[in-house]
Amino acid sequence: MSNVDLGKAPLRELNAMLHALAPATNETHWIVTNPGGKHAIACGVDAPVTIDIEGHVGYYCGGMNKRATILVSGNAGVGVAENMMSGEVRVRGDASQAAGATGCGGLLVIDGNASARCGISMKGIDIVVKGSIGPMSAFMAQAGNLVVLGDAGEALGDSIYEARLFVRGNVASLGADCIEKEMSAEDKSILRSVLKRADLADSVSPNDFTMFGSARRLYHFHIDNVDAY
Amino acid sequence: MTAPPSHRTLPRFSATFSPQTIAEIQRAAATGIYDIRGGGAKRVLPHFDDLLFLGASISRYPLEGYREKCSTDVTLGTRFAKKPIKLKIPVTIAGMSFGALSAPAKEALGRGASAVGTSTTTGDGGMTPEERGHSSILVYQYLPSRYGMNPDDLRKADAIEIVIGQGAKPGGGGMLLGQKISARVARMRTLPEGIDQRSACRHPDWTGPDDLEIKIEELRELTDWEKPIYVKVGASRPYYDTALAAKSGADVIVLDGMQGGTAATQEVFIENVGLPILAAIRPAVQALQDLGLHRKLQLIASGGIRTGADVAKALALGADAVAIGTAALIALGDNDPQLQAEYEKLGTVAGAYDDWQEGLDPAGITTQDPTLAARLDPAKAGRRLANYLSVLTLEAQTIARACGKSHLHNLEPEDLVALTIEAAAMAGVPLAGTNWIPGITK
Repeated sequence: MSNVDLGKAPLRELNAMLHALAPATNETHWIVTNPGGKHAIACGVDAPVTIDIEGHVGYYCGGMNKRATILVSGNAGVGVAENMMSGEVRVRGDASQAAGATGCGGLLVIDGNASARCGISMKGIDIVVKGSIGPMSAFMAQAGNLVVLGDAGEALGDSIYEARLFVRGNVASLGADCIEKEMSAEDKSILRSVLKRADLADSVSPNDFTMFGSARRLYHFHIDNVDAY
Repeated sequence: MTAPPSHRTLPRFSATFSPQTIAEIQRAAATGIYDIRGGGAKRVLPHFDDLLFLGASISRYPLEGYREKCSTDVTLGTRFAKKPIKLKIPVTIAGMSFGALSAPAKEALGRGASAVGTSTTTGDGGMTPEERGHSSILVYQYLPSRYGMNPDDLRKADAIEIVIGQGAKPGGGGMLLGQKISARVARMRTLPEGIDQRSACRHPDWTGPDDLEIKIEELRELTDWEKPIYVKVGASRPYYDTALAAKSGADVIVLDGMQGGTAATQEVFIENVGLPILAAIRPAVQALQDLGLHRKLQLIASGGIRTGADVAKALALGADAVAIGTAALIALGDNDPQLQAEYEKLGTVAGAYDDWQEGLDPAGITTQDPTLAARLDPAKAGRRLANYLSVLTLEAQTIARACGKSHLHNLEPEDLVALTIEAAAMAGVPLAGTNWIPGITK
């Protein structure tokens, strides 16, 4: 087990060590103490390691993560797990804006709430928020699954492409071209799988969710849809 | 009774309602949608043509052409990056996407630029292996859409360019119409094939200069502080944008005037938003000078660069390098008169073709049609681009030597005068034959 105290060691040192890990490294468990809300902690990791961060993190924690499992025992700032490719990021507290933004793969689990623009431009990531999400979430969401156990704020899924949005609570309003959709057996299977990966299979039923997705009316510009722009 | 022809007035066209304007009103009335096209502003603008070099005289000593050296190299990213980029010439290739351009066109840009020791730049949609393979120095754009963005390509790049905006459409997002969303383009962008692709105008995970500083820190951490970080802005508020980009930690600032091209944007946007590059360079340089950062971070000017004289003038005004896009496409073969018959079939003529968004380019450059794209030989087109880049450099050197400069970067505003009051005010140089710099001297 490797310990890094960010109260003493500079962030650069931590990230450099994480980036230098060999594919078959034995240093598979890292503990980071005193993160102190620093930005870009454990961004750009590409190794199958577990990184426990004991405290709050600033912007872009776990940014562009590949293969690593990153656990934040606190709150996360803007853009946690932004553009994640694979692996997992789990936040025990709340997350600020743009959680999981543009993520291409992997799993982001937020135990608390996520603020505005959660899952913005997501491209294949799976995001599970146990609390509620803020306005303009899943804006231009392209692919992947956003699962919300609580409520969703205004303009959910505005200009959405092919991502699936599952909300168990209330939705304040839907954005342009986002509509409620009937959940097919395949959709339900996907939701069940995401819930299982988030360790929620036994406590949460897929039947309690409503699914939202694209009406695909804005896929080709047409003057009759001008009011949507 | 009808008057004889000799007594009738000639048909008089309105300056306000010109034939072009009338045609546009008629087109709008028929279709209900704005006009979309490629390229940059086509209207007449104050430009580098309105400036002249003074050359050497009794008080200035020229360098001997062909004998005395006039260096052209430039290093970009000297402020923070561990691995700055070293270019042999101060003319770079601007960001243009695979998607907007065909794969052979991107390859040709890489071949041409590499042959003369300069860089190319990706665009919205990610990095292709062809582009990386044929570009010895490749700048990877980081755009609001983040299409194709991944950390592996980020690390393969030689520099990273955060795109805030571009000269053709400061404040606008991108679009790539369905005709150009081929299976490969769609796959790279994680989009359904054939849809009209929209790109956001704002970055998804940061807002404002304080956030930008943190975003730059993240990109530096991701790449272990090796890569120069560029910030590209469309020319609109060049003093403040330059100051804020510098404050945010940029290594290089790219300033793109409204003559800079786009793959597809509304005509009304292209022609009516932003500044010509002539009006933008001096305020940007002033901002850097006020911060004590001129020549410590680098400034790249773009938008309407066509000749070595334009290169020399941009550098004399304080830029460290320039970027070309439209001119590079022309060098590859865009708007070739030999394709006149095919342009006519598209309702246009060689020299005016700008419907790059349609994907029907007979030159095989702005298309994803495999048959059309196959028309462009990347080796030959790359050679043409290399030739053109060499000419730009030779021309700039010719002027610099005449001004007595042993390096292109030694050119300075004092070498210039302006032919018009407007150009004098924008460039901050005297009106020719006077000591008058409007706005500065009386």
